[in-house]
Amino acid sequence: MSDAAAPIIVADGLTKRFADVTAVDGLSFSVAPGEIFGLVGPDGAGKSATMRMLAGIMRPDTGAITVNDVDVVGNPEAAKPHISYMPQRFGLYEDLTVDENIRFYADLFEVPPALRDERAARLLTASGMSRFRRRLAGQLSGGMKQKLGLTCALVHTPQVLLLDEPTTGVDPVSRRDFWRILYELREQGVTIVISTAYLDEAERCNRLALLHGGRVLYCDSPAVLKQRMPGALVAILSSDGRAARAALSSKAGVTHLILVGDGVHAVVDDAERRIPELREALRRAGVPFSDIAVSAPSIEDVFVAMLENGESAR
Amino acid sequence: MTDRPDAGAQIVVEGLVKRFGRFVAVDGVSFNVGRGEILGFLGPNGAGKSTIIRILCGLLRPTAGRALVANIDVSRDPEAVRQRIGYMSQRFSLYRDLTVAENLRFFGGIYRVPASELAERMRFAIEMAGLSGREDALVATLAGGWQQRLALGCAVLHRPPILFLDEPTSGVEPTSRRRFWDLIHSLAGDGVTVLVSTHHMDEAEYCHRAALINQGRLVALDSPEALKRTALGGELLLVACEALGPALAALRQAPGVRDCSVFGSALHVLVDDAERAAHDLPAYLAANGIPSARATPIHPSLEDVFVHLVAADVAERSVAA
Repeated sequence: MSDAAAPIIVADGLTKRFADVTAVDGLSFSVAPGEIFGLVGPDGAGKSATMRMLAGIMRPDTGAITVNDVDVVGNPEAAKPHISYMPQRFGLYEDLTVDENIRFYADLFEVPPALRDERAARLLTASGMSRFRRRLAGQLSGGMKQKLGLTCALVHTPQVLLLDEPTTGVDPVSRRDFWRILYELREQGVTIVISTAYLDEAERCNRLALLHGGRVLYCDSPAVLKQRMPGALVAILSSDGRAARAALSSKAGVTHLILVGDGVHAVVDDAERRIPELREALRRAGVPFSDIAVSAPSIEDVFVAMLENGESAR
Repeated sequence: MTDRPDAGAQIVVEGLVKRFGRFVAVDGVSFNVGRGEILGFLGPNGAGKSTIIRILCGLLRPTAGRALVANIDVSRDPEAVRQRIGYMSQRFSLYRDLTVAENLRFFGGIYRVPASELAERMRFAIEMAGLSGREDALVATLAGGWQQRLALGCAVLHRPPILFLDEPTSGVEPTSRRRFWDLIHSLAGDGVTVLVSTHHMDEAEYCHRAALINQGRLVALDSPEALKRTALGGELLLVACEALGPALAALRQAPGVRDCSVFGSALHVLVDDAERAAHDLPAYLAANGIPSARATPIHPSLEDVFVHLVAADVAERSVAA
């Protein structure tokens, strides 16, 4: 997305404490219009608290938030028409049908019936749920419930969509469907903030904030994040990963050895220099291996490396 | 890794079928798991993974077919099977208002660990979980990663040769997750056979082999490396350009393109020949009014493979129906 555009969301120095726990600790970021921005991190990183503050339903202890130039902290009611917020447990009425749930949320947001019907039809088609309009929400699978929640949240076509862990516990096929809908919304100019504990979903965002313990470890695009990996990841394909790990465990320049199903991943300081050394060490130890090569690190690899280096954007 | 199952299979499943009324939850599934092998069980919700695991634990009787666990037929002697398996669920099944030691003692009782061995087994579990010195801490006060490792400790107190893990790492932070998998690999190295179900595709990378289940059927079973190399039936390209929407529409009509989808700020394109398409597609896009596109061959993820195989399976069935 164009970096030049004025941000539609600005969060500046957000802090939120619950008793003696600091859930969010001086968090700042901004989101450009039409961007998918990820709040990515494990449980307890501060994702949900941040989402609630952005939605104007929880006041930060300190810090400022604006959405479309509206002060969310000072005047949450004025911000709400710009925002649609889908919490982790979206309030679907399980004993109402798919259609009835949509109608309920449309009425809540005072959407005219003709507009509502047109939008509902389009969203249900996009999510592959048209066949289930008369099904009770309580009888939908987890992935379909999430898609219905999204449909309800979108029935008033907001400019900003806040999604709190919409894909948790959703299987990979439904997750892909869900992301396809988000990309279509982005095409239509909707700005999306999405939180997720699946680190691999970070790669689907335009930009992301990697959160840990309420603080930002990193904030930029996934491609730039991967370049921040200290050192390189070397994948060793071996039928005896344990032996390979043992043979390499005390080698110079190797900071990590991770057993995987196909062998071992080694994090090294300098791949070009270390690969010949590792190859030689494996040969000398008589460990069978079929390949040794630099491999693209996953976001998780980078996350773990950053945590261990004590690196932080602050 | 593919030679492992023959070396004394600990789990043998042959033509397994389970029906609930008219619903076929498991539809003729066969596979083996070798001693010391880690088999990943992947599949959408409702694919039949849990049903198969419950049959293997002796909790459900199969409608047809056979399942042997530690050479015992699970329908004939489920009680004997249960003594040889450990089970850990996604909720960790710990008592949060009991201490670490109390939980271990409780599970030691359930699994009938002899009193003479209990102290030593508890020491092993506490050390494995990294909880030395915190034996008297309430479980509720432990972070997710420690709870997870304690739950694993409880599940292996009675030295089961076979371990079932049902979505064991939901929501646990990455450093803890790595430590957990390290433990699983060291158990497997000691000969424990592990069957683990997961939604995290990246987690399947830790398994020796991965089984994909869809609508009760086994869709694929191979090492992660082999699945990524062969299962897509094509090669993957990352195409970066402006105007993703129009590019997507154009590429769907392009020669040699099998599939195309948005991924983050770019497109994933499945083609017959990545090297050739990396050369041809930017020119094709330029001719369609989308200049300066860049195409780079990339390695597919297991998620790419999974989604592709499930979609292919669904398509095949709708043709058959």
